[in-house]
Amino acid sequence: MEARGAAECLPIGSRLPPWALGVLPLVLIAAAVAAFALLGAPGLGERSGVPVEELAVERTVLRPGEIELIVRNDGPDPVQIAQVSVNDAYLDFAATSEEVGRLASTTITIPYGWIEGEAYEIFLLTSTGGTVEHAIDVAVETPETDAGFFGLMALLGIYVGVIPVALGMLWLPFVRRIDPRWVQLLLALTVGLLAFLAIDAVQEGVDVAQSGPQAFGGAGLVFIGALSAYLLLVGVDRYMSSRRDRLGAGGKGALGAHLALLIAVGIGLHNLGEGLAIGSAYAVGALALGTFLIVGFAIHNTTEGLAIVAPLAERPPSVPRLALLGLVAGAPAILGAVIGAAAFNSSLAAFLLGAGAGAIAQVIQQLVPSLRDSAGRALHPLSVAGLLAGLALMYVTGLLVSV
Amino acid sequence: MSHSGFASGPDVDHRANGFDPSAMVRDFDWGKTRRLASGRLLREWEIVATDKEIEVAPGVKYAAWVFNGRAPGPTLRCREGERLRIRFVNGSSHPHTIHFHGIHPAVMDGMPGIGEEIGGGLIETGKAFTYEFDAEPFGMHHYHCHANPLAEHIAKGLYGTFIVDPKQGREDADELIMVMNAFDTNYDFGNEVYAVNSIGFHYAKHPIRVKRGELVRIYLLNIVEYDPINSFHVHGNFFHYYPTGTSLQPLEYTDTIMQAQGQRGILELRFPHEGRFMFHAHKTEFAELGWLGFFEVV
Repeated sequence: MEARGAAECLPIGSRLPPWALGVLPLVLIAAAVAAFALLGAPGLGERSGVPVEELAVERTVLRPGEIELIVRNDGPDPVQIAQVSVNDAYLDFAATSEEVGRLASTTITIPYGWIEGEAYEIFLLTSTGGTVEHAIDVAVETPETDAGFFGLMALLGIYVGVIPVALGMLWLPFVRRIDPRWVQLLLALTVGLLAFLAIDAVQEGVDVAQSGPQAFGGAGLVFIGALSAYLLLVGVDRYMSSRRDRLGAGGKGALGAHLALLIAVGIGLHNLGEGLAIGSAYAVGALALGTFLIVGFAIHNTTEGLAIVAPLAERPPSVPRLALLGLVAGAPAILGAVIGAAAFNSSLAAFLLGAGAGAIAQVIQQLVPSLRDSAGRALHPLSVAGLLAGLALMYVTGLLVSV
Repeated sequence: MSHSGFASGPDVDHRANGFDPSAMVRDFDWGKTRRLASGRLLREWEIVATDKEIEVAPGVKYAAWVFNGRAPGPTLRCREGERLRIRFVNGSSHPHTIHFHGIHPAVMDGMPGIGEEIGGGLIETGKAFTYEFDAEPFGMHHYHCHANPLAEHIAKGLYGTFIVDPKQGREDADELIMVMNAFDTNYDFGNEVYAVNSIGFHYAKHPIRVKRGELVRIYLLNIVEYDPINSFHVHGNFFHYYPTGTSLQPLEYTDTIMQAQGQRGILELRFPHEGRFMFHAHKTEFAELGWLGFFEVV
């Protein structure tokens, strides 16, 4: 009623429909911008100082006798690439466009007989004499994205994601038979594992973001991704629980299944990031595809399977549903490996790694109530022991798999 | 898709630069002469310093400082024993000097803080000063700005050669001037492009034509800043080397010599065979970053 009273005090507002009142400021902004542009930005004058030239190499492709760089303009001004040198020698090159506009990209192709295993330093010399340096630490032919390649990436994803998670889920019968106090310890262990994964994802995301172009947000993307995923999962969770309340379904078993799904989603997002890291490392030849790596991931990710089944002690789901949970948690590693190797983009990777961390934060929030003791405390000697054990377990197994 | 490159791509805009290395390589500036009352020959030049943008590699502009609109500055040429008068006008937006290598009084040394009592020392923007001294000793010398910060005042292009012929002259020859220089285009105290006479790969695209059997005399100076040494190597031939040109007896018969910054010397050679012969810094990095060219022997 008060709002209407205020509207009546404004003669213009009272005569216009609400949508027009909403659009009016936008129209005025557009008019002001147009006037500003037409008048040639009065008062601001010419841009002072030399142009800001920021180029970032987004992707390096090595083919026999050829180096290809995809370069993005990260700065506020257009950049003209005038010359290209590799290991202190100016070379002929071809560019899709030598002038790179703001946020635009260009592909530079340099015929060059690079040698596998050697290091290369590439300088892009701009029209103002500025240089953009790009290092190829270890030259290795970029894999062709054919069926065999996708097969290999899928196999990698299955090795490091699906199989270990499925193996970890085999703890379900054990979890069902033990004393409820020990289940609580396992849940605390799960929270510890997840907390480690969240920290790991944020760190990895920030590293990845800083390695690539900053134009799309850099390390900020990790936190935007985390917040977005957290909010999205909270929203979905609230929607599902209100629907469940309406349908009258419930009980502790249903809550357990619900928690298990959330954990699987959080771990799935984390494994997507892990797959990205593995795929991109493979593509630049920085990944030793050895038994050690696979064994390390198997041990590391098996604990993730345990995390999923820990809340399922009271009412185990059907086998197909268990399989589905396993796939939700493990299969994103396959997708991540394929994307990471075929079209790695540091901005996207940072966002996804952040999303994994945000999802895990939401899952931890969901798990905390199940840690409470009779006095209602979430942190008590048993849960603290579980949390520390979870962190320690992930830390130690994580040492096996630094990509 | 556009294709380009330094060694094979388009030329820099010589007209906009105000100099063409193909002409510069044989351009000796003898100044203006008149007899003094004593009967001695007076040789005079005017050198103006300005700020000038130079295209140092195709598509790459560099904010240089230049003497008489070119980098390297004019090749001043005189004879032993003459009186020399060089009027320096500073048209640049920065203070500069001209410091000559040679034998002269302290006030003519082109050093900030020295010779101010007669209007010398550091020459401010819009000011002028006349350096005057005797042409000695004979040989191949050079001049450069000595204002601070020194490295930048040299590296930005304020240098040139200063040749004092011996009284009796030298044997007739096809004479070439080659100033080994480089540009730090991104201001990181390291050079991005290397050359003789400023434009990298110029003589690879436009070889220097010389006649078979004719004596070729190269006046070679290394003025490269930021790198400790430079070198010169010629393919398919040997030369007599006269360090600093102060002796008429060659020191060495070789095909490769090295020079520290500021070192210079005279090379004499005859090509017995026709064809294309490369010359370049035998520091391969410099060669591949621009410092290489060809002789076309006809």
